[in-house]
Amino acid sequence: MSVLVFVELAAGEVKGSSLEAISYGHALGLGEVTALVLGITDERKMTGLGKYGAQKVLYSDDPKLEKGIIQAYASVVAQVFDKVNASVLVFAKSSLGDPVAANVSVKLGASLASNVVELPETRNGFVVKRSIYTGKAFAEVEMQEDKKIIGIKKNAISLKEDGADASVEKVEIDLSDEDFQVQITSEEKASGEILLPEADVVVSGGRGMKGPENWHLIEDLAKSLGAATGCSKPVSDMDWRPHHEHVGQTGLKVAPSLYIAIGISGAIQHLAGVNSSKVIVVINKDAEAPFFKAADYGIVGDAFEVVPKLTEAIKALTN
Amino acid sequence: MKILVCITNVPDTTSRIAFINNDTEFDKSGIQYVIGPYDDFALARAVELKEELGGTVTALNVGEAYGDPVIRKALAIGADDAIRINSFPKDSFFVAKQIAEVVKKGGYDLVLMGRESSDFNGGQVHGMVGEMVGLPVVSPVMKLDIENGKAKIAREIDGGKEFLEVNLPFIAGCQEPIAEWKIPNMRGIMSARTKPLQVLEPVGDETRISLKKFSLPPEKGEVKMIDEDNVEELVQLLKNEAKVI
Ligand SMILES: Cc1cc2nc3c(=O)[nH]c(=O)nc-3n(C[C@H](O)[C@H](O)[C@H](O)COP(=O)(O)OP(=O)(O)OC[C@H]3O[C@@H](n4cnc5c(N)ncnc54)[C@H](O)[C@@H]3O)c2cc1C
Ligand SMILES: Nc1ncnc2c1ncn2[C@@H]1O[C@H](COP(=O)(O)O)[C@@H](O)[C@H]1O
Repeated sequence: MSVLVFVELAAGEVKGSSLEAISYGHALGLGEVTALVLGITDERKMTGLGKYGAQKVLYSDDPKLEKGIIQAYASVVAQVFDKVNASVLVFAKSSLGDPVAANVSVKLGASLASNVVELPETRNGFVVKRSIYTGKAFAEVEMQEDKKIIGIKKNAISLKEDGADASVEKVEIDLSDEDFQVQITSEEKASGEILLPEADVVVSGGRGMKGPENWHLIEDLAKSLGAATGCSKPVSDMDWRPHHEHVGQTGLKVAPSLYIAIGISGAIQHLAGVNSSKVIVVINKDAEAPFFKAADYGIVGDAFEVVPKLTEAIKALTN
Repeated sequence: MKILVCITNVPDTTSRIAFINNDTEFDKSGIQYVIGPYDDFALARAVELKEELGGTVTALNVGEAYGDPVIRKALAIGADDAIRINSFPKDSFFVAKQIAEVVKKGGYDLVLMGRESSDFNGGQVHGMVGEMVGLPVVSPVMKLDIENGKAKIAREIDGGKEFLEVNLPFIAGCQEPIAEWKIPNMRGIMSARTKPLQVLEPVGDETRISLKKFSLPPEKGEVKMIDEDNVEELVQLLKNEAKVI
């Protein structure tokens, strides 16, 4: 038996959520952990995955795999799963990981559970706990098949950082034209930004920020905390901020350790995207704003006065 | 253009979630059901594409009869006909099998789904169906245009978007801002009553995961309020009490 972990790269760096997936794979205690890295990164970063619990890293730097095409990735993951004789595949829930894993599950005849929040219970079968109803409930489900695929939600496990270097080896794979029916023509991406789905701290602004020209207040606070920036739906609908920052029922679901909501009323559709956060701070000038009911800490006040003071206080702490 | 749109029948977001039967069954009492929010975007775009290019839109749901009002709503929004596979959606694999059967028989040019369901939150069904029927899958799709049998797509990626091209037929998991949600008008609601809704029995009953029990997250504690002139206190609490900075 062994465990395979599907690793995702972002601008040549291993995504934080993939490090969690490796730690999870290690904590399963089901044999050797192999991390599969598709795309281009440097060798040092791959050996470094040993620290999180991977004994072995298999990679392919085939230029055709530089971009995440669902069919092609699924075909590679399924081949490598068999090659390393794995019984479990672990991945981090993401817009690429989900459809790739779903495809692989059919190829392999495996049980698939995504949005998993804890290590499995294996005393009586193999039972995992999934987050459902957009963070409002959990389901414990038994994975019936011998082959299992587990997609973990952010913070399903705390990172382990004490392993030795991993061995690194290039893997030979067969790719067919069938796998490349989808062609990526171009990409539009903010560079150097902290990725919202990955971020441990998120600072989000709503309509209370009045306009895009005031977003430097949100960005300065985010920078002082090493946080990503998010927003409510009306803010992205009005094009004050790009769509990929929109958090909520119809946007991204985030699960940071700290979520700071500024000038957001706290409509239930917004809460649906943030209710898995560990700690929520709300800053709103209206003491009756519903968000306070979902918050751990709150300040009633004008964002234009409170936020700059908060940024200064954080800077003072970190200096 | 023959378009298939797969819709879920899910509790409205404002619903209070509760379970019965020793936490093994969802409590349907008092629940208002709606079309899954991402599926609603898929449906809206399907209706627009039909208006633009001609053709038909079929709505498909795997579920029990209590979902019929939601299927009628899809018809009122602009689907021409609907299929319901008469079974409780046991797991994603089971649902995908049912959808794959309809896709194989139907000869659709395009299959639209939501990015993920708002009850199961799997983001899995489109990927499974794609492999079962041998069609490419693209998700999450935020823009979809069709020209000469080829789709031009914007897909959301971490921190931005990527532009793709793929020949029809294929499967897409849709999300905002692919189209604006459509609200049914009176004429739509009237015509929906007589549009065909075919009820079919499921093929097989194979599943790959099975439910043990449901649970709810612990209640949130009281919010701690901090004076607006004392932001330093908030910083101290975040550092020393919550330990998140
Ligand atoms: C089906 C459906 C799906 C939806 N999906 C989403 C979703 O995914 N994400 C989402 O966010 N919304 C979603 N919505 C919309 C949601 O219902 C709310 O309308 C939206 O979240 C409100 O955004 P807001 O809080 O920024 O704006 P508002 O509701 O206008 O709130 C602005 C807040 O700012 C405060 N404020 C104003 N000025 C200041 C100031 N100077 N300082 C401090 N505070 C100030 C006000 O007191 C108020 O509480 C959805 C709605 C529907 C119907
Ligand atoms: N029971 C169902 N009936 C019809 N379509 C479904 C069903 N379950 C899921 N789907 C489709 O598959 C998408 C992804 O669902 P999921 O994998 O559950 O997140 C949904 O947005 C729907 O379009």
